[in-house]
Amino acid sequence: MAEVTVENLTKIYGATRALDDVSLDFADGEFFGLLGPSGSGKTTLLRAIAGFIAPESGRIRIGGVSVERLPVERRDIGMMFQSYALFPNMSVADNVGFGLRVRKVGRAEEARRIGEALELVQLENLGQRRPHELSGGQRQRVALARAFVTNPRVLLLDEPLSALDKSLRLDMQIELKRIQREIGITTIFVTHDQDEALTLSDRIGILRDGALVQAGPPREVYGRPGSVFVASFLGEANIFDAEIEAGKLRLPGGGFARLPPGSEGAAAFALRPESIEIGPAPGPEADGFEAILIQRVYSGPVSTLIVEAGGDRFRATVKDTDLPDLVEGVPIALHWDPSALIPIPKP
Amino acid sequence: MSAPWLARLGKAWLGLVLFFLYAPILIMALMSFNASQYYQLPFEFSLDWYRALADNSNIQSAALRSVLIALLTTLIATLLGTAASIALFRHEFRGKAVLQVLLFPPIAIPWLITGTAMLIFFFGIGLGRGTPSIIIGHVALALPYVIVVVTARLASFDPLLEDAARVLGAGPWTVTRRVTLPWILPGVIAGALFAFAISFDQFVVSYFLAEPGDTTLPVLIYTSIRKGFTPEINAISTIIIVFSMGVMLVAARFSNFGGGR
Repeated sequence: MAEVTVENLTKIYGATRALDDVSLDFADGEFFGLLGPSGSGKTTLLRAIAGFIAPESGRIRIGGVSVERLPVERRDIGMMFQSYALFPNMSVADNVGFGLRVRKVGRAEEARRIGEALELVQLENLGQRRPHELSGGQRQRVALARAFVTNPRVLLLDEPLSALDKSLRLDMQIELKRIQREIGITTIFVTHDQDEALTLSDRIGILRDGALVQAGPPREVYGRPGSVFVASFLGEANIFDAEIEAGKLRLPGGGFARLPPGSEGAAAFALRPESIEIGPAPGPEADGFEAILIQRVYSGPVSTLIVEAGGDRFRATVKDTDLPDLVEGVPIALHWDPSALIPIPKP
Repeated sequence: MSAPWLARLGKAWLGLVLFFLYAPILIMALMSFNASQYYQLPFEFSLDWYRALADNSNIQSAALRSVLIALLTTLIATLLGTAASIALFRHEFRGKAVLQVLLFPPIAIPWLITGTAMLIFFFGIGLGRGTPSIIIGHVALALPYVIVVVTARLASFDPLLEDAARVLGAGPWTVTRRVTLPWILPGVIAGALFAFAISFDQFVVSYFLAEPGDTTLPVLIYTSIRKGFTPEINAISTIIIVFSMGVMLVAARFSNFGGGR
């Protein structure tokens, strides 16, 4: 186990900067999620830490030791691939034991550790199967066991759950978190699934165009996005331009909203769709506006309302049972608690 | 839905193809057991021609030389070809596309021309004719086939498996031995069989490069036929066919090539 430090990492492919001066610290034992749209550089960062990609400049330290000059096989890393990359010609036990055999730990020790690892991922009876005889979830567990059985200093997971069905994915999220806690290994994982990132991570980092945009605990990044990009990328957000009149935010369609604390110098304001409630604002001061209902999208427990005001479209997510019978095309009133408005600082 | 008559037609066609392929071979094999030198019927079983073969040291030494040359060619061409295929698969380098394109034309160049060119070349560099020249020539002929077959097998290989093995601590040689080679083994075996067949079967290039009195079996058979055909040739040919088909059947059983996987 060790902490990982990335300093000013830059990787250039032709004219694009796949990594643009990225600096990040991953604490010992931390579960860190790298999140970003495709092409944002998150996988490049993971592969640079693993050693598959040689960066143009910058440093990578594992446990305080610089590893840029170490080849992949000597970095002592565990890595799980999106497609799992299980060796098709080997049994489950031989897959898991591959790293141990390469390290020449001895037959008895090897068998013992394979057994322990398979037990931890709850596959103790399937050691003699071949990968093609396993289900997707079982393969994922084998790949995970193979990655941590050598007690690597850091575990890298590339889209670890994206190949699974949605229902299985939720179970595996809980599993993955349990196993990571149990062995206490520093884990860095790449995902494009924001729910997964929010659920699993102690901290998340958001990348865009090769640069790190924001890093922090999920609650903090979700609640205090540092930019319009982060606000709209992580979860959904309605964005209001910062048009301030007499200490209040001017809303589309003519309404006004009270400003939350820390609004000085804000570039814009974000409002989560789930913070919006239907109906006129209670009390004398109105934090809301009236808009035309364009579409009502039913999705089980909640419905999403798409509304239009002042030429812009906004979204509100409301518990379906709270909704009156609304006809598309009618004006509806929306309001929210003043603390729900999130000021976004100037870049 | 295919009509039953269509299925019957298909079977008949398959039978016809097999007959076309095997009838001449079967007749030749039968005649090698016929007592008459002039293919006279009725058939009269005899092992005379095989006995004659046992006394013919020319044919024996040529056969031995052919087998040795074919084995050496197979070994060298398979090693070089497999290594080249893996290198072309793993690495990007300047001129790779040109190199890959240049690998194929030798397959299409007539052996007669290749043979002439090799003869001129080997005399030019002072090696001349002889067994070493034949081996080098055969390796050159077989190499493109090995590379084509192994590369085709590599196309279905997931390069991430090599990444996975490296992360687990395996150096380049271990990765090749434990992960890459097991996957491409059927292709390597098929490539080796091609190499063996090309060398063992090779007449044109061998004819150019063989020294008189130091010939390979195909060259010897050719020169014997010109002097006068004897069923001895049928006998040696039958032995070769049984041997080659045996090798092919065993290889097909183990490598699964031509179907499955």
